[in-house]
Amino acid sequence: MANLRLSREYSVLSLAAPEVGARTRPGQFVMLKPAGVTDPLLRRPFSVFEILRDSRGAITGVSILNKRAGRSTKRLYDLEVGDVVSCLGPLGLPFTPVSAPRQAWMVAGGVGLAPFATLAESLAASGTPTTLFYGARTSDELFYLDFFGRLGVTLVLATEDGGRGVKGRVTAPLEQALKSVGADGAMVYACGPEPMLEAVAKLAARYHQPSQVSVERVMGCGLGGCYSCVVPVKHGNEEANLVRSCISGPVFDGAELVWD
Amino acid sequence: MDLSVRIGSLTLPNPLIAASGCFGYGLEYEQVVDLSTLGAVVSKGLFLKERQGHPPPRIVETPAGMINAIGLQGIGVHRFVKEKLPQLRAHGARTFVNVCGSTLDEYVEVCKVLSQAEGVSAIELNISCPNIKEGGIQFGCSLTGTYEVVSAVRKATHLPVIPKLTPNVTDVASFARASEDAGADAVSLVNTFLAMAIDVETRRPTISNVMGGLSGPAIRPIAVRMVWECYQLVKIPIIGMGGITNARDAIEFMLAGATAVQIGTQNFVDPFVWGKVLAGIEDYMTRHKVERLSDLIGAFDPSPVRGDKPVVGTNL
Repeated sequence: MANLRLSREYSVLSLAAPEVGARTRPGQFVMLKPAGVTDPLLRRPFSVFEILRDSRGAITGVSILNKRAGRSTKRLYDLEVGDVVSCLGPLGLPFTPVSAPRQAWMVAGGVGLAPFATLAESLAASGTPTTLFYGARTSDELFYLDFFGRLGVTLVLATEDGGRGVKGRVTAPLEQALKSVGADGAMVYACGPEPMLEAVAKLAARYHQPSQVSVERVMGCGLGGCYSCVVPVKHGNEEANLVRSCISGPVFDGAELVWD
Repeated sequence: MDLSVRIGSLTLPNPLIAASGCFGYGLEYEQVVDLSTLGAVVSKGLFLKERQGHPPPRIVETPAGMINAIGLQGIGVHRFVKEKLPQLRAHGARTFVNVCGSTLDEYVEVCKVLSQAEGVSAIELNISCPNIKEGGIQFGCSLTGTYEVVSAVRKATHLPVIPKLTPNVTDVASFARASEDAGADAVSLVNTFLAMAIDVETRRPTISNVMGGLSGPAIRPIAVRMVWECYQLVKIPIIGMGGITNARDAIEFMLAGATAVQIGTQNFVDPFVWGKVLAGIEDYMTRHKVERLSDLIGAFDPSPVRGDKPVVGTNL
């Protein structure tokens, strides 16, 4: 339906897929590839970014936040209105919502912003006080701030070059906040680069707060058939098991993921 | 129009079979495809015990294909019989179980367990996984090893035995012959081609196991050639596979001598492939006035074609 270029790397690709939109819950993903091509051969997983609606509020589709990184994401970045995309979804387990008085803290790094637009909408609808800790390389790569602002989300920004918000990693202001978290506590949601996820999960555990982490893995099918996208998960004192992030994730309890 | 095919004592309603390792335990796909409409479903490879497989990354995409080294992560035959088989039966799926072993005794043991379970249609003997060091491929790469493991399993079970052959040998047809001589009911081929891809920026492997098995459209012409070679040497049915994406590809394998075909990688690309291929086969049968699909098996005419007639590229 549209391919809005936010920068030379990022675009928001809007897909006419009302059935996918109607079924998607925050944190779920779709498997995408340009239709009818063998390069790329396999679909790639993308978190659903927005549920799209027409002027009367009827669901018309979904969008994804695409960052041009490899061959497949470049092809998606280059798509024009009218091009056809094969879209399988929604897939995977969504975030588990929290409600007041517990707060919701969403921690996003770069393209890891993607699952938080729908989560913020659902948290706003339930009246949960929500904060977005959002880190990017530069201020030009902080997107959709107005969108989150309109939903009443408190924004805590960090850029690596210090152009906006805190200079450095987003985990620094997160730790400051965790030090003074109130008695009602916070649920920490995270999506972004692996080192950030690990840091966020460990910080949340250190300050005795629960976390839900959305992981990204090389994925073949998205349906549990290929066993490519496994992550080590440990329940209590059991030995770690390799579980499929497509059907047992992509959202995991941060305390149960085993980091290398 | 009759799409049924016979593999030994089994009659399948159509020749489309979900390939091992590409369809989980079948149940993962119950929301996408009615399992009873497939010719058969082949389970992931099963040992006696559970296995964790290799650490990720486990796959990398290559031109028109992918390399995988999953390492046969699996729940073991006992949990499969208890947790998966009853549900597969309830779906009306014809279930082939892909059997692995580190030793000859383990192959025999797994087959004995399956022989006593209800709902197993056949055993596909995995002697061809390129991704594990012990067992498996060491039988599949030696003619005497193939003969021994097929004979031992043959004695241990009443179920149809279908060795799955590796293409990583000089003459795959001789392995089909060894399987036939040892009492196999059919053979399936090809498993993946041993391959590797290097990340040239980092000079490191793209997958944790360094080497893995190549599948997808990239291997199809080699697989077709191997099926044709086997068809000329053995009388038992051949189940062909390797990069099938559509009805044309499936029919190509049948013309080369395959009685049935397996679809693997394309199921990742498009899990709705099954209905599309079936419809395409029916369309082909109508256009070519083929009443029984089994009439196409080995119906390839290898007589020379004139060089001045170009092959229409889009047909390939």
